[in-house]
Amino acid sequence: MTVRRIMGTEIEYGISVPGQPGANPMVTSSQIVNAYAARPELSKGGRARWDYEEETPLRDARGFTYTGALYDPAENLADEDSGLANVILTNGARLYVDHAHPEYSTPEVTNPREIVLFDKAGEMTMAEAALRAAHTPGIGPINLYKNNTDNKGASYGAHENYLMSRQTPFADIVAHFTPFLVTRQIFAGAGRIGIGQDASEHRYQISQRADFFEVEVGLETTLKRPIINTRDEPHADAERYRRLHVIIGDANLAEYATYLKVGTASIVLAMIESGAFDGSLAIAEPVAELRAVSHDPSLRHKIELRNGKRLTAIELQMSILEQAEAYCGADTDPDTREVLDRWAYVLDALARDPMELADMLDWPAKLSLLDRYRERENLDWGAAKLQAIDLQYHDVRPEKGLYHRLVARGKMKRLLTDTEIIDAMTEPPSDTRAFFRGRCLARYPSEVVAASWDSVIFDVGADSLVRVPMMEPEKGTKAHVGELFERCEAAKDLLDVITAD
Amino acid sequence: MAAKDSGGQSQSQRSRQEADAETTEAAVDPEIAERHEAITEEVDDLLDEIDEVLETNSEEFVRSFVQKGGQ
Repeated sequence: MTVRRIMGTEIEYGISVPGQPGANPMVTSSQIVNAYAARPELSKGGRARWDYEEETPLRDARGFTYTGALYDPAENLADEDSGLANVILTNGARLYVDHAHPEYSTPEVTNPREIVLFDKAGEMTMAEAALRAAHTPGIGPINLYKNNTDNKGASYGAHENYLMSRQTPFADIVAHFTPFLVTRQIFAGAGRIGIGQDASEHRYQISQRADFFEVEVGLETTLKRPIINTRDEPHADAERYRRLHVIIGDANLAEYATYLKVGTASIVLAMIESGAFDGSLAIAEPVAELRAVSHDPSLRHKIELRNGKRLTAIELQMSILEQAEAYCGADTDPDTREVLDRWAYVLDALARDPMELADMLDWPAKLSLLDRYRERENLDWGAAKLQAIDLQYHDVRPEKGLYHRLVARGKMKRLLTDTEIIDAMTEPPSDTRAFFRGRCLARYPSEVVAASWDSVIFDVGADSLVRVPMMEPEKGTKAHVGELFERCEAAKDLLDVITAD
Repeated sequence: MAAKDSGGQSQSQRSRQEADAETTEAAVDPEIAERHEAITEEVDDLLDEIDEVLETNSEEFVRSFVQKGGQ
């Protein structure tokens, strides 16, 4: 059993124009994306479009295809025609406008450390995009926030994607992943002042997103949000794979929070795939408990299980970790071992005092700042200053964002260096099909006319376009095709080799 | 501290408190006290930095952060 699998994150950023709350976010989001697209390596050829051919966001993992008017693919395709920007980056990521937010989807990677790497690369991409926009004539300053709510009733997502075996019954995922997701926030929460979707009650809670989840299972992502999302759109061979679309997480700034959020999830999914859970951790009322856990930063709240037992979120997580340790055994791979050890470390520290993790995880880091400030200024939780600090923690600008100020002071433990992150803004991961996508865009910018998660489309001057499908996410790696890019001067040469195989 | 307005505190009480404070101070390891002072200074420094980073009008800043819902 291993933590390694194909995975990625997609984060919608909060966007605001100082002094202009009425600014049209679809316009400003497009300005952000287009400003970044002016980077030299992205403006060599014509801009590649997104290829929607294989996308079926209405297919439901429970086995049916939704036929109502919830979503119109034709409308989605028209997005680009109506000017909503989209750019595919040379690291294999996608930067685009989704709904009314700029969004960064990481390239596919195989392990949690690389998730952190590309998730942080996305954050730096957004910071650079805003800087570029500010220097574009006619565009004023636009600020971006890696958070999930405006505290006035709106929420926007930080999604994770995990490629799973198609063999695993979806009902098993619902049964065994739910208790994990309800409690994972104790280390993955990003912290928030305000209880309720509109934050009408002034208290600190662990998670940004908890109050926006209303049902246990469902297809929707923008209203009646479900703990388990059933979107079944694998972007890969559907006979073999499903892509589990996890919509419940917070956007994290802290590297360890992202690492653990994704690493522990992947281990739990591996256990579900091999039938390791017996269902004894099933929670009686998951939606209500999700909120109750989030609303209690003391971590003492007892969750009621279906079998009548009552456990704190820490105890429930410890029970999952124990089963994972037993399941993995002693001779597990280093990536998996590292996640298990850090998971144990963090749960032990949470049990002693969550504030021990103020240098490692988002919600304790932010709470620690707020508590000290509150004490000095003698403020109550409803104070506008504190709300401002909450927001400012998530500002992507290195000189303004409070998370970044903590990092600059050496107050946050890190997994990565800035140099590694800057490299990841342009260099694709080496061990997934993102390598092929990214390299095609870097090497043949004029010939690639469109791409998607599972395709690259070329115009090499032939009668018709050539579409290269990539239905296997673990193919198209550096080991498979790295040498081809060195050898093939022109896109046509590459296509000749590929189509001859 | 509060030298002018002693609020009716008698001289003898005050000197007694001062003496107490001295004993307590003497009992504290100077190294720990120094470290404690350094931490306090650092926290103050950090809070001052927050003041520098925050927009001048917090209320306006918070009120104008309005987002359209997303996924």
